[in-house]
Amino acid sequence: MTALDNPPTKNVGVTRLRKEDAHLVTGRTNYTDSIQVTGLLHLAFVRSPMAHAKVARVDVSAALEQPGVVAAFTGADLADNWAAGLPCAWPVTEDMASPTHLPIATDEVRYVGDAVAVVVARTKYQAADAIEFVEVDYEPLPAVVDMEAALAEGSPLADTTSASNKSFTWQKIDGEIDDAFAGAAHVTTRRFLQQRLIPTAIEPRSVVCAPPREHNEYTLWSATQVPHILRLMLALTCGVPEHELRVIAPDVGGGFGSKLNVYAEEAVALVLARKLGKPVKWTETRSEGNQATIHGRDQIQDLSIAFNEDHTIRGLKVELHADMGAYLQLVTPGVPILGAFMFNAIYKMDALSFTCHGVFTNKTPTDAYRGAGRPEATYAIERLMDEAAHELGVEPFELREKNWIKHEEFPYMTIAGIEYDSGNYEAATAKAKELFDYDGLRAEQQRRRDAGDSVQLGLGISTFTEMCGLAPSRVLGSLSYGAGGWEHASVRMLPSGKVEVVTGTSPHGQGHVTSWSQIAADALGVAYEDVEVRHGDTSVAHKGMDTYGSRSLVVGGYAVQVACDKVIAKARKVAAHLLEASEDDIEFDSGTFSVKGSPDARTTIQDISLAVFAAHDYPEDMEPSLDSDATVDPENFSYPHGTHLCAVEVDTETGHVEILRYVAVDDIGKVINPQIVEGQVHGGLAQGIAQALYEEAIYDEDGQLKTGSLLDYYVPGAPDLPHFITDRTETPATSNPLGVKGVGEAGTIASTPAVINAVVDALRPMGVNDIRMPASPQNVWNAMQAAKANGGDA
Amino acid sequence: MSATDATTSARTATSDRPGASGAVGPYDRVEVELTVNGVPRAAFVPPRRLLSDFIRHDLELTGTHVGCEHGVCGACTVLLDGQPIRSCLALAVAVDGRELTTIEGLAGPDGELHPVQQGFQDHHGLQCGFCTPGFVLSACGFLAEDPDPDEDTIREGMAGNLCRCTGYAGILQAVKQAAGVLRETGADPCARHAGRAADGAVAAGPESGR
Repeated sequence: MTALDNPPTKNVGVTRLRKEDAHLVTGRTNYTDSIQVTGLLHLAFVRSPMAHAKVARVDVSAALEQPGVVAAFTGADLADNWAAGLPCAWPVTEDMASPTHLPIATDEVRYVGDAVAVVVARTKYQAADAIEFVEVDYEPLPAVVDMEAALAEGSPLADTTSASNKSFTWQKIDGEIDDAFAGAAHVTTRRFLQQRLIPTAIEPRSVVCAPPREHNEYTLWSATQVPHILRLMLALTCGVPEHELRVIAPDVGGGFGSKLNVYAEEAVALVLARKLGKPVKWTETRSEGNQATIHGRDQIQDLSIAFNEDHTIRGLKVELHADMGAYLQLVTPGVPILGAFMFNAIYKMDALSFTCHGVFTNKTPTDAYRGAGRPEATYAIERLMDEAAHELGVEPFELREKNWIKHEEFPYMTIAGIEYDSGNYEAATAKAKELFDYDGLRAEQQRRRDAGDSVQLGLGISTFTEMCGLAPSRVLGSLSYGAGGWEHASVRMLPSGKVEVVTGTSPHGQGHVTSWSQIAADALGVAYEDVEVRHGDTSVAHKGMDTYGSRSLVVGGYAVQVACDKVIAKARKVAAHLLEASEDDIEFDSGTFSVKGSPDARTTIQDISLAVFAAHDYPEDMEPSLDSDATVDPENFSYPHGTHLCAVEVDTETGHVEILRYVAVDDIGKVINPQIVEGQVHGGLAQGIAQALYEEAIYDEDGQLKTGSLLDYYVPGAPDLPHFITDRTETPATSNPLGVKGVGEAGTIASTPAVINAVVDALRPMGVNDIRMPASPQNVWNAMQAAKANGGDA
Repeated sequence: MSATDATTSARTATSDRPGASGAVGPYDRVEVELTVNGVPRAAFVPPRRLLSDFIRHDLELTGTHVGCEHGVCGACTVLLDGQPIRSCLALAVAVDGRELTTIEGLAGPDGELHPVQQGFQDHHGLQCGFCTPGFVLSACGFLAEDPDPDEDTIREGMAGNLCRCTGYAGILQAVKQAAGVLRETGADPCARHAGRAADGAVAAGPESGR
């Protein structure tokens, strides 16, 4: 069948059921832990039970005597195997301190979970048994757990070989910040805390590495978001030539940033496959993962905002303390720095100062967690706007609207120096207020306040934007990031007319196979079913920058579109040749080339594909191939925005918070697949609400992780989350030809402040003006008691 | 491979660690015979072998996923005699003689999806898919108990499973749709999907678009 017989329907903008799902719902899955390799050996790691200690002695000899044990290594045994320590690709300042991070510690352990030895055995049970026989003598050292205390004179050091606990101070000042505050009519100052979070992808991390067999290359399967970055970084860390390493991300069960890294266990697997000449495997247990997989957030945020008499913003000062944990992982220091461009959010102001101190502690390293830098910034500014509105005695919407960028002002160069290409905050807000019944809920709130109801109602607002689609390479360069932000795609026309799309993005739940099929099908004018998408294997998708930062569609989908355009340009030449017409007279529509004015002279792109394969008759000035590659570097970030409104009931007798209504109106530009977009928004909301109400990684004063399992770290289930009311406005991005913006993180970025603003709003008459996250019954209760002790209304 | 000899050629209990005789040790092996997805299976396993490992590594049914190994996330849920259980909290030896259903045992013989599986696909009840087999089997067990649930009841019914991707909205719709289909056909939610009836009565979801 050709496109002539059956003109393809439009795919972009229409819900297509996901191609990914058939194998996922029937159990025909291929996650890393299911990879079978003949002769596979299993790894288990001995991990420090102490936050900080000298490692005086590690003895693996008794472990070597255990059944099934093949080998065992201490950090010292493997020290010569590393060409470099585990990488941090983002040296944010020239003088940034970064302790050498060997995959297995040698002299000093710096957080609970830091590995000191690895055992290799024939089964995972044998490996787990044998690590009990590794003897380690630890000499405890003082643990550094509090960021501010860590920077004080005379503080113990998180790394005894370093001069201080400071990694860096990064500063950016735009405008005349002192003038902005000197002449201010009103200044609102607040401190907000971003608690530490554990990303908790449901698939634990897992890695399998096989030594060379028929090809001169190591094959490493990993539950990773970043197979391409991992290949390069492992090559550099382990001294394996890059072209002799193939990395495969098979089915990957969620990431949320936690699999955007280069981990010790991946490096150890590669080195042991080389050392032993045998395939090896490691899969983390959940409790192991809570210690040894990166954490997210963990900032102290000090903010001051200065207003004119008319309530327009003069300037904003931001000072952050960001907990790095014990080591800098792949992008650890860059995460808080992204906030430098986001604290000003959707608001106009004359000056902005941003200072960030990166601080080492004896805790699990932090790194990118869904939103990475932007949820922290958005939370702070949206909380601050509510606090300022309260102090100024105006409606929170009124203060926002007075200061936000009007839709006719786009494109708009922000005070932070990036250009928002498009947006319409008025439209999203109007739609959200209507769906929410804002005025009706305000009336109900007043009724309950007047009646002294024990269950109070609070309304929370979040008018957010974010920057995503990472990223223009020159911007990353100006921020000292170690690589670019381009993406690659290949489109291969097969002789039968089917199409293979190869993408450098690496999905782990986002539905790229489906969405990229929709883009390619419409671009080429072929059936959706005639397109297949390949990804996640460096031998198949040889170039890519992988998936994070809501970049895949904005940059990777864009690359697919450009590669398709190149295929069409080549096919047009062939069509002109075969139809004996001038190329200028060839028209292309829905997969069919025709000659202007001669409706019968036509052929399809799929027929041309066969003709080019046969190569009997094609233009002299081209190669017999329609296949095309595209590497696109985005000219700008994309800036999704929206208005989220949350109504909560707070039981003032118990501190219990219940979300009564949640409305999310997001503007993510053009939509490829509405159902997938809805799913991304829902999942994002769940994670943002989880930070607001449920989750916190807790360390005690000795640096012990007290939330070491899913019994202690509360990931919300279905009964813990509300029904979501979602809608969209559509203001296309102008920075890419698809008009799309990222959607993966928007829900997470927007929702946390909406929920906390609602909780604070409910309790404002009691004098409450902040709630420590998560807003658990205990934290809400404590806030109410503290307010009462302060004598009521602040 | 013979259906009754899933693992090794061992026919008797063996040990690779010489030690005290009499008591069964961690390296001894005992035989487990059971019915899995309607097929009789048997294997010799150490007595401490987790059911989840037995399913994944001895029976090689890797559609069952393990997310936490401490009974919270529900990813490893399977049906034991029609009841959802967490296979990471059970031992293989404890299911001797019982009947087990895993995610591989739900779709019809022609490959047609079970109504719960179809619901998950139709309503985008999955993203990364790792938690999905556990959710699907929990939903089967739940619908056997409560064939006509409302949204709040479904939320409670799915409380034993964690999903980090979807925010649960699609999952709730999936279970609701499946409930309707199963009520219409009268099929046992925990049984293998019978496939399309002769009159084509097994309806796809209203938004299926297949």
